[in-house]
Amino acid sequence: MTTALINFFKDVTNIFKGGPKYYGLMGILIAVVAVGFGAYYMQADRGLIVTAMRDQVAWGFYIANFTFLVGVAAAAVLLVIPAYLYKFKPIKEVVLFGEIMAVTAISMCLLFIMVDVGRPLFVWHMLPVIGTINFPASLLGWDFFVLNGYLAVNLAALGYVLYRYSQGKPYDLKVLLPIVIISIPMAFSIHTVTAFLYGAVKARPFWNVSILAPRFLASAFCSGPALMLLVFQALRKYEKVDIEDKAMFKIAEIITYALGINLFFLFVEIFTDFYANTLHGESMHYLFFGIDGKTNLVPFIWTAVVLNLIAFAIMLTPKYRYNYKTLNIALVMMIIGVYIEKGMGLVIPGQTPDTLGDLYEYMPTVPELLISIGVWGIGALIYITLVKFALPKIRAAKNFEH
Amino acid sequence: MIKKTRKHPAGINVDRRTFLKGAALGLAGIALPPAGADAGLLDDFFQKHFREMNDEEVRKVIDRLEKEYSKKYSKDIKVKATKPMENVMFGYGLDIGRCIGCRRCVYACVEENNQSRDPQIHWISVLKMKKGSNLVDLNNSDKYYQPDQVPEPGYFYLPVQCQQCEDPPCVKVCPTKATWKDKDGIVVIDYNWCIGCRYCMAACPYGARRFNWGQPNIPADQINPNTHYLGNRPRPKGSVEKCTFCIQRTREGRYTACVEACPVGARKFGNLLDPNSEIRKAMEHFRVFRLKEDLNTRPQFFYFFGVKSNRPGGGK
Repeated sequence: MTTALINFFKDVTNIFKGGPKYYGLMGILIAVVAVGFGAYYMQADRGLIVTAMRDQVAWGFYIANFTFLVGVAAAAVLLVIPAYLYKFKPIKEVVLFGEIMAVTAISMCLLFIMVDVGRPLFVWHMLPVIGTINFPASLLGWDFFVLNGYLAVNLAALGYVLYRYSQGKPYDLKVLLPIVIISIPMAFSIHTVTAFLYGAVKARPFWNVSILAPRFLASAFCSGPALMLLVFQALRKYEKVDIEDKAMFKIAEIITYALGINLFFLFVEIFTDFYANTLHGESMHYLFFGIDGKTNLVPFIWTAVVLNLIAFAIMLTPKYRYNYKTLNIALVMMIIGVYIEKGMGLVIPGQTPDTLGDLYEYMPTVPELLISIGVWGIGALIYITLVKFALPKIRAAKNFEH
Repeated sequence: MIKKTRKHPAGINVDRRTFLKGAALGLAGIALPPAGADAGLLDDFFQKHFREMNDEEVRKVIDRLEKEYSKKYSKDIKVKATKPMENVMFGYGLDIGRCIGCRRCVYACVEENNQSRDPQIHWISVLKMKKGSNLVDLNNSDKYYQPDQVPEPGYFYLPVQCQQCEDPPCVKVCPTKATWKDKDGIVVIDYNWCIGCRYCMAACPYGARRFNWGQPNIPADQINPNTHYLGNRPRPKGSVEKCTFCIQRTREGRYTACVEACPVGARKFGNLLDPNSEIRKAMEHFRVFRLKEDLNTRPQFFYFFGVKSNRPGGGK
């Protein structure tokens, strides 16, 4: 047992192996995280008043990032299905990197919640048993279960496969398959529940729409895998990880469909609100055109729409989709587009104007941005560390895994 | 021994050792939670949910809080935990026809309920609305009006505060059950149990909930020492608060501060279960309505037009 554990953990040393570029990157990330901590200390000391959030717009940039990252986390399932259920070999080889991304994204989600709450010391109040979680009434209670459940399932799948590899054995599908099967509905549920978090709010017509959950799923299946494709290319280049073009292009193809569906859903929402032109469409109006000269979000949402449309056009053309140069341009555009549309473009207009018609324009402050960048820095560190830890095992597995 | 001293810009000389000591203490301070690290910190951290404490535990908590507040404001501050009365369901009535938009209710509420002065927190928002505009489209309202005189011709006023809904969305969404509807109809918050996630604020259709974005500030000479645990006691930074129908008064049979302050008698308050109460009389004699009825939250806060529109609220 002890030797087994030693074999499993001995690759921790690999985290410290790397060239000057690697050390430089890690140094920058650590610096970014340190600055984030500094800003967070200020926020903890003075209160959330250092952010731009106010009573009118009580959820801001942190929750926007949280929402986007739930999407990234769910995307891992897009690899799990072809890899384990259809035994599509090229993707099977990268599925672990997708699972590491899911673990990373969920950790970041939890961090974004932690930096957002006003009394972080007391979050234990929402735990089951020792706290008083409001389950099943509160959708935040549901989110707590599905997010942590999804994290646990992904850690289990990842841990099991890596453990077997470290013992020089292939994984046993009989053990892995049940975990993987559970993870599929869970990936859908973290999305659905997070969408319901907003959809449940009848006070905010912009959120209280049934298309929200499908839209969440569609956008998740573009931004998450898009981010993965970029990361995979980096892994291929810097870590010489063997990732086949076949796997990459299969994922790119799925992304294309998802982006098309996502754009369609957005169009449906725009049509419904603008054609009916009820008072419930005020938020949509504010988002796309501004109200009374208050137009903070207008340039952002149009940027998102235009980027997504161009990305879709590129992805739709096989010639450009199968060319890494053009593909990458489309991926970056899509990630930015979805990040805006599903983050700030969803969270802020839902609260603008507020329920009594007060129009407060929210725009994140510097501390808010620094803290958020800090969380992204932690995310990058988690991802890199886990990949570095997993890589020697995955490489060794080449000899016995089929 | 010659001590190396560094020149302080303010002309204070600090030797290196003292400086290092101070720096170390400062670092230790960072390690501790910044929210007032005194002896009560552990008790504060491990305090149970208000509804899960027995009377004895509640008394202990209240003792601790009274000491803490009395020390902070150098004044004897009382914290009560008065329970709901039997056969009482509170209801509120507001005569829009009478309201002149003077905001005396707002200021009386701030004083009575120990709202933070800086950052400024108001539990009541008075919306100024154009005559002829409907009561559904609140987007045309203005709560920041600052005229020399009220009422302004051509406008009427719609004060909004917690509507104490029969089916409160805020209670439903709270992840920790830190807010609930008590037996007498008041939606209360255990400020010590609230984690400050602000989901209730997103969920409230009436913009009634306020967050302590910064450390609340009340000058010691302005604090109201007569407080209730679920009501107007000083609140911690990072928690949510709102109107409680002046729980510290009404559970003892008194009127709310806003009812007492209203110079035109636009505000009515009473027991919905008592057919002779003011609120029941108002419901009988006038046609009442509630805000955002379509959301089916069923507020226990009723609006009505008790007088003709050429009275004060109608402008002259």
